[in-house]
Amino acid sequence: MKSKSLENLTRGMFKENPVFVMMLGMCPTLGVTTSMSNGLGMGLATMFVLIMSNMFISLVKNVIPAQVRIPCYIVMIASFVTIINLLMEAYLPDLHAKLGIYIPLIVVNCIILGRAEAFASKNNIFQSFLDAVGMGIGFTLALSLLGAVREILGAGSIMGWSFIGEGGYPILLFIMPPGAFLALAALIMGYNKISGASK
Amino acid sequence: MKPIKSTLFNMVTVLTIVAICSAAAIGYVYKITKAPIDDAKNGNILSAIKEIVGVFDNNPFEERTSISGSNVELYPAREKGTITSVAIKSSSDEGFGGKIELIIGILMDGTITGYKIVEQSETPGLGTKVTEPQFSNQFVGKNAYTDNFDLKKDGGEIDAVTGATISSRAVVGAVKNAVEAYNKFAGATHNEK
Amino acid sequence: MSLTMIFISAILVNNIVLSQFLGICPFLGVSKKISTAAGMGAAVMFVMTISSIATWLVYYKLLAPNGLEFMSTVVFILVIASLVQMVEIILKKTTPALYQALGIYLPLITTNCAVLGVALLSIQKQFSLIYAVCFSLANAIGFTLAIILFAGLRERIDSTAYALPKAVKGTPIVLITAALLSLAFMGFSGIGK
Repeated sequence: MKSKSLENLTRGMFKENPVFVMMLGMCPTLGVTTSMSNGLGMGLATMFVLIMSNMFISLVKNVIPAQVRIPCYIVMIASFVTIINLLMEAYLPDLHAKLGIYIPLIVVNCIILGRAEAFASKNNIFQSFLDAVGMGIGFTLALSLLGAVREILGAGSIMGWSFIGEGGYPILLFIMPPGAFLALAALIMGYNKISGASK
Repeated sequence: MKPIKSTLFNMVTVLTIVAICSAAAIGYVYKITKAPIDDAKNGNILSAIKEIVGVFDNNPFEERTSISGSNVELYPAREKGTITSVAIKSSSDEGFGGKIELIIGILMDGTITGYKIVEQSETPGLGTKVTEPQFSNQFVGKNAYTDNFDLKKDGGEIDAVTGATISSRAVVGAVKNAVEAYNKFAGATHNEK
Repeated sequence: MSLTMIFISAILVNNIVLSQFLGICPFLGVSKKISTAAGMGAAVMFVMTISSIATWLVYYKLLAPNGLEFMSTVVFILVIASLVQMVEIILKKTTPALYQALGIYLPLITTNCAVLGVALLSIQKQFSLIYAVCFSLANAIGFTLAIILFAGLRERIDSTAYALPKAVKGTPIVLITAALLSLAFMGFSGIGK
């Protein structure tokens, strides 16, 4: 039983990483990762919604008729997204402005509805919580890593701290749209190398 | 517990309950976050105004006016009741990546105190140089009544950012919109006296 | 901004997929063949335009007059989801030929963030109804253009897949192709100036 909990917790972090393996939630992954702090903020916001929705859906799964379960899940997810959107607008206005439209779009992030349908609707509340934490950490790690790569190469800084100086010439391409695709391609190649080697 | 059946009654009831709970939860959070959100929004514009027009003792944001037929907004800054300067929010859609929005400060004698770009999506490292002092300082000290704000290649006095003529021209356009609004505003307040 | 500029900007300069990063999931997922890509594009065009009218009406006639703007995310996703269902049922009954062509793509659209994204953007940009419809149509055309071009590239790559290095096979080569297409679209920036 203990090993099962552990597996549910760690599954999303590496083996079934939502970004590198399942290719879910690609819009925010590519859209907001122009800096590491943006990636981290987006990852944490998504993780909050994921944990709340997984726990609530697991809690109420038995009182929701099967035919209307998807609309119910969507309403619940959209409510949590609106709540985190309002909270961020109030207490983290700078980050909220940078992430912009991608926060309301957490609603249509396939990871959240995907986990609700594939995991939370079949498992108890504690296991659903572990699954959400694992998936959330996996997503946050992927976004932060991508944000860090793009920020280091494209802006010559890390977490806003510039190491390149005033006159430096960073590889601007990496904070522009094509750089998002290129950096993610490189990271996935690296991931495949590592996960292939560990098999 | 067995999952309940998908009868029409069950479905309608559950959907209604879910909708009501969701609306109640969001409504509650909206209520407690409304004041901090307004503060954050006003604070942003206020700090930009403070940065460009300096000292004032009123709340320019609450006294804002707009010129009809444009999306220019004016925030008059007062000291002891008289208007000393005005911050003007103006924009241009002619930027390289679309909209450029800025807040510019003008004293009541027409002297420009500077501008701050609040929204832009120009090419990083090229068009974004219009936000840097090397370009923006060219406007400081110019007079809204008498000076010409065109780029040098359009017959004016402003040096464009090398390689970013379009971005520079868009900023100039936004500044000219603001100056035009300022002239109307200054004329109106003059008549009031 | 003129209507022509909205079209040029949404289709080429700020392409919804390649520079705004909305609708990436179908862009990567349903682009193996030109024919399926075209079907997806047509379905998105259909739903995006209709949903922009519906969400615009709901926002300005229902939410805004009652001070419920903060509920827009919840309401919009429900409007879009039920609209997609309705379109599916109506098409099935009235024009089976069109349903055959678009049917399998319709359920995928509910979770296409481009549709919700465009609805939210037209509200954010404070467009009038006509501008909102044109903006959505332009973005849908931009989506279709991008996904068809991309599918064309992928067909060519798949036909020579044996020549690829092992490391880039699968997802990486797809992303690299997308990067090059996005790079090509960057050449459009500043157009019409």
